[in-house]
Amino acid sequence: MILRELSNAIGVSSDEGPVRQIILDAIRDHVDDIRIDALGNVLAVRRGTGQVDLRVMAAAHMDEVGMMVIGFDSDGGIRFREVGGLDARILPGARVLVGPDRIPGVIQWVPIHQNTDNKTVPIERLRIDIGAANREAAQGAVEPGDLIAFDTQFAELGPTVRGKAFDDRAGCASLIALVQGDPFPFDLHVAFTVQEEVGLRGAGVAANAIRPDVAFVLETTACHDLPEDPDEPDQTTITQLGGGPAITVADRSMISDPRLVRHLVRVGEAEGIPHQFRSPQHAGGTDAGAIHRTRAGVPSVVVANPCRYIHGPYSILSLSDFENQSRLLRAAWMALTPSVMER
Amino acid sequence: MPLDLKEHIKHLSELAAPAGHEGAACDAIRAAWAGLADHFEVDGLGNLIATKTGSGPEPRRKVMLCAHMDEIGLIVAEIRAGFIRAGMLGGIDARVLLSQPVLVHGQRPLPGVFGAAPPHMARNRTEYPTLDELWIDVGLPHEDVTALVRVGDVITFDAPAIELKGDRLAGKSFDNRVSVAAITVCLEELATRQHAWDVVAVASVQEEVGSHGAIAAAYRVQPDIAIAIDGTFAAQAGANDDETFKLGDGPTLGRGPNFHPLLFKHAREVAKAEEFKHQIEVLPGNSGTDAWLIQVSREGVPSLLFSIPMRNMHTPVEVVDVRDVRRTGRWMAALIAGMGPSFLDEIAWPETAREEGEA
Amino acid sequence: MEALIKKLAEAWGPVGFEHQVRDLIREEVAPLADAITVDPLGNLICRIGDGETRVMVAAHMDELGVIVSHIDRQGYARFANLGTLLPGTLLGARVRFENGVIANIGVENQFTKRRELPNFDGFFIDISQDANGNAPVQVGDPGAFVREVVWRGERVIGKALDDRLGCAVQIEAMRRLKEQGTPHTVYFVFTVQEEVGSRGARPAGYGLDPHIAFALDLSPAGDVPKPKEPGINLGGGAVIKVRDSRHIVPAPVKNLMIRRAEERGIPYQLEVMTLGTTDGAEIQLARAGVPTGAVGIPARYVHTQSETADRRDIHATIDLLVGILSEPIEL
Repeated sequence: MILRELSNAIGVSSDEGPVRQIILDAIRDHVDDIRIDALGNVLAVRRGTGQVDLRVMAAAHMDEVGMMVIGFDSDGGIRFREVGGLDARILPGARVLVGPDRIPGVIQWVPIHQNTDNKTVPIERLRIDIGAANREAAQGAVEPGDLIAFDTQFAELGPTVRGKAFDDRAGCASLIALVQGDPFPFDLHVAFTVQEEVGLRGAGVAANAIRPDVAFVLETTACHDLPEDPDEPDQTTITQLGGGPAITVADRSMISDPRLVRHLVRVGEAEGIPHQFRSPQHAGGTDAGAIHRTRAGVPSVVVANPCRYIHGPYSILSLSDFENQSRLLRAAWMALTPSVMER
Repeated sequence: MPLDLKEHIKHLSELAAPAGHEGAACDAIRAAWAGLADHFEVDGLGNLIATKTGSGPEPRRKVMLCAHMDEIGLIVAEIRAGFIRAGMLGGIDARVLLSQPVLVHGQRPLPGVFGAAPPHMARNRTEYPTLDELWIDVGLPHEDVTALVRVGDVITFDAPAIELKGDRLAGKSFDNRVSVAAITVCLEELATRQHAWDVVAVASVQEEVGSHGAIAAAYRVQPDIAIAIDGTFAAQAGANDDETFKLGDGPTLGRGPNFHPLLFKHAREVAKAEEFKHQIEVLPGNSGTDAWLIQVSREGVPSLLFSIPMRNMHTPVEVVDVRDVRRTGRWMAALIAGMGPSFLDEIAWPETAREEGEA
Repeated sequence: MEALIKKLAEAWGPVGFEHQVRDLIREEVAPLADAITVDPLGNLICRIGDGETRVMVAAHMDELGVIVSHIDRQGYARFANLGTLLPGTLLGARVRFENGVIANIGVENQFTKRRELPNFDGFFIDISQDANGNAPVQVGDPGAFVREVVWRGERVIGKALDDRLGCAVQIEAMRRLKEQGTPHTVYFVFTVQEEVGSRGARPAGYGLDPHIAFALDLSPAGDVPKPKEPGINLGGGAVIKVRDSRHIVPAPVKNLMIRRAEERGIPYQLEVMTLGTTDGAEIQLARAGVPTGAVGIPARYVHTQSETADRRDIHATIDLLVGILSEPIEL
């Protein structure tokens, strides 16, 4: 199952190699003009039937959040920082793989018998133990700058799956499925981008090369639908697991083009594909934030899988939401004509 | 067949046996000790009691080795909208729970993960969520969860043991499965050595909730000497130097009111004679182990405590140096092999000899 | 001019959803422009003239607004901000959704914590219709504030004067330029999404590739009690920007503007601002860079529903703009 392979693969922002390889192997027989650009984005074209004259871009990002080795303590402990956004509360007791040799390690935690402070310990004060007895032993095994990923294996729970990096390997898996299916009425320009998590770095570069008329970003986004506590502020869950792919109306980085939003909703309703709106509150940025501002501007929209515990080692994704992401986009693209973009 | 200690520790670590629910551990340990003891029984609380007969004349003295087999765990407290709220079964450090993978032992083990509101939506943005702010998500709809899980079902960490560099291992429940492994090492050694005393190896239950198993086992076994094995704090960044011990520098021997001073001295002398790496752990009061309860069983039991240094105690990533585990087992074997039929006289209070001399 | 200002300021166009304002402006400029296009992000581009030098002028169509983020347990609409809303402007404010529903904003702990201002998630929008239900408003719906434009002597007061006043000035400048002619190709651009970081401006600049550009926006006045920065006064004339938080106007451009003002006896004031910026900051970074200046209309209470400007300054701004555009540009 390609979602499993992609989720287990390691590709922290700036070193997406293993993920790139899986994607290349999966799309090679279905696309033309494959190239890897200067930043590492994978660009390719799924030729269409030629009925519709629109330059359409579809993007999903290959990178995941992780950490990086900064230095060493004299007792062999490794100091590290986050790459991309990490909630420091999830780090104590986590299992990680360090460096290109994937050396197993654990994030230490001073036991409760000796420390009862409940305040979140900032990442600068945490340490990774790879079993090195002292600084020399640690330096012999890893280098400052080595990337660190969560050590998680994908698991099927039934209607859902548990694993890391569904943000955005699930988006990549959907894009692969779309490319492997029947051709669309237009040439589809796909971009599997790098370094989204550290500032939407690959996407704008890819869009500058592709120069699309419209862009669709396939993402995976937060879902905070834990049971409500009446004493807590009345918050949005952002999305609902099982509610179908979530269409962004607006987020921190971008306001979706209303014509594309309307088109997706129309198609979703006509074809009976479940879909929802992603709440604008607390909604983070995506590759579309970079793409829509390139060159003379690109009307863009984001369709995302709801995902619990995103940006952590164990996220939960609904398989029906995931399948509906590619269903909704396939239907939207089959029905996409220049008249959709008329004002 | 020589024991592959790393594999043995990993196997024991991955068992799901929280306090009060030690069955899986009991079965596994019994299988591991098969052939190393002459007689096995499981008492009313679930303690595994394995007896290896000594070679001395009747009535033979008994030394009890006691390592608790229960792990800290959690228990289903509430099911709401398909999510599970957990209660403690032993002293879990709730600060490490967020994002940890778990197994909920309902009708079948259900993999899940601990989740909480993200920092910008949490009641308190700068602290770890407390246990009642955490929910376990098993990724199933509510009806399925209520069909498979009930309040009271136990929950353990879904965490395989892993090898780090050097001789280190990381995993859950090293407190106290590595101590059980130390007993296995000891029994293996004794298989080919003479010992006058009977050795009673006990894998005790419910230490994490008050040493209930040790109380019952000590009463039943009526040992003449007891040795408890548990975990202690290893040196690590952020921990107090005075109260921690370096990984790989050997097990610690407890010194303090919980431990018979002459027995302590003797054990230390054996370590020095055999050149076992060891450290001394000063414990001025309650040692917090089974030894505290065993010492006051019936008419009192001279007691000792060996502890294996481990980092990150009470988290799913406890770390030990496997050499420390082996040293513990060999030290105990050496101690036991050297205990002659009248060894108790050697640790009698000096005043006793004088009294008896005068009588 | 007064009717135009009223029509534009009262129109509905929150950030990202400017189409109604664009249609309104398009109607106004149809008889004035040589060519009208709409670019991919929705910027309205009106060309007048056919000279060698391409000049871009930009005023933004969007206004601050709200966007529904979820319907809470009691049926109130919670919202996120579109653009930098000041929490102090929210309690009691009215917003209109695209379907015409008018709703009003309340706040939690209105009386018990009346001395504190919560963040946006402490506010809510009342969309109730009767005891049983709500008006049709759902997650993702954008809303804009409702407030009528009024005049008090020389002062005009209303919501969204930022930057509908700039749009009105641009339209008036187009009228005058059409009459008297220009040696340049002038692109009057009505931009989108300025309030969320000038997202429309740089792409518009990229598309037009101008030689020089001018942004046209409001300048916060300092003639109120305890201002952030003193310096700009209502009635003091058109504002010529020296610099702001993200834009330093190149000296030749600034000097050109000062020259034109002095030649024509147009009252002007110079602006050094540390808080805030305009479309100019983004246009200057299009392609290989564009020398960009900015003209401002002084205004008090910017980003509230009663922004206040002065008729004299508005006319001075039109005069200055026309003065720059109708004559050769030597830097």
